[in-house]
Amino acid sequence: MTKEKKNKLIDIALLVMMILPFVLCMVLKVLTTPASEGIAISGALIYFEIPMPLMPLYITEVQVTSLAVIISITALCLYLTHGIKVIPDSKRQLVAEYIVEKVNFLIKDNMGSRYMAFAPFIAAIMGISAFSSLSALLGLFPPTSDMNIVAGWGILVFIIITHYKLKGGLFPYVKGFFEPIPVFAPFNIIGEISTPVSMSFRHYGNVLSGVVISTLVGSALGGLSEMLLGWLPGFLGDIPFLRVGIPAVLSVYFDLFSGLMQAFIFAMLTMLYIATGFPEEEYEKRQAKKKKKALSAAQ
Amino acid sequence: MLELAIGIILAGCAIGAGLALIAGIGPGIGEGNAVSKACEAIGRQPESKGAVTSTMIMGCAIAETTGLYGLVVGILLIFVAPNSFVQILMNNLPK
Repeated sequence: MTKEKKNKLIDIALLVMMILPFVLCMVLKVLTTPASEGIAISGALIYFEIPMPLMPLYITEVQVTSLAVIISITALCLYLTHGIKVIPDSKRQLVAEYIVEKVNFLIKDNMGSRYMAFAPFIAAIMGISAFSSLSALLGLFPPTSDMNIVAGWGILVFIIITHYKLKGGLFPYVKGFFEPIPVFAPFNIIGEISTPVSMSFRHYGNVLSGVVISTLVGSALGGLSEMLLGWLPGFLGDIPFLRVGIPAVLSVYFDLFSGLMQAFIFAMLTMLYIATGFPEEEYEKRQAKKKKKALSAAQ
Repeated sequence: MLELAIGIILAGCAIGAGLALIAGIGPGIGEGNAVSKACEAIGRQPESKGAVTSTMIMGCAIAETTGLYGLVVGILLIFVAPNSFVQILMNNLPK
């Protein structure tokens, strides 16, 4: 087998890996959705549950779809970077370079060149959020419209922010709560806790409102087409013709624009919180002190 | 009697959801303000259109948060709360 043929085979395998998870998710959803009358707005389908000591662990549509999203993004990254050369000769390498450049520029612009190591993390958050929200276009239950997923991201980001705030030492961190005057301490603590809550609720609410509105419009159009076109003979009367295509127009705003916007905002807020929370002066002072100590210990 | 109790629960949930969505007024006014100021800024300095637009959309999305809190509360009150409240009522019926 020649090298070119091998490369092509790998490309095809990666493309299949990119698309197959979503197809499998759709098949799984079609097979397991219970037949119901009309359109119901409900949470994610529960596929099965694993017994646990405190309460059963539910494996729902959300976990499955987000796993598919992760696999798909991994395959996409592998596909884009497969066979890269120093001098780019393929379109996908240009796309990959464009993405990396854009993310680096974003980090440099918003956080400063000190935080360049955050670029992969921010890009990963953006990618997974955007892909999760966009999976609604395929008729899947978007993982971001489940509070658990977004709350997980919020808590993750909150831990990172707190970690970077603690880089300046424990005392300045605790002292920060009693500023400008000690009376403000409860408000400051509430403000600190509200960071992950507001971040996750913002993302969740935006995507959920899109899902609810699309569902309501879908059901309304179904009723309308039954009223207008119900006189058609045979099975033609049962098909909701008005539901074909028209809800897609709303989808452009509620799924495409809103989903991508929220991904961008979530990443943006992460960057801003980390960059503003990092106590630069204290960190520098602490590093200098540590260096002095190490020097004196060496002597 | 039980019907009346369930009716009161449903009515309370519906009225509460309606009241919760009053929260939409604030973001509406705020985003309108933001967009009008952005239009003024673009009119004054057309070359800064890109930066102004992206900052404005960012600010709009953050201003939307309070409205979304109201929306989430409203959705919970309509779709989740009635069931659980009725369940609580059924569990606490005097025998």
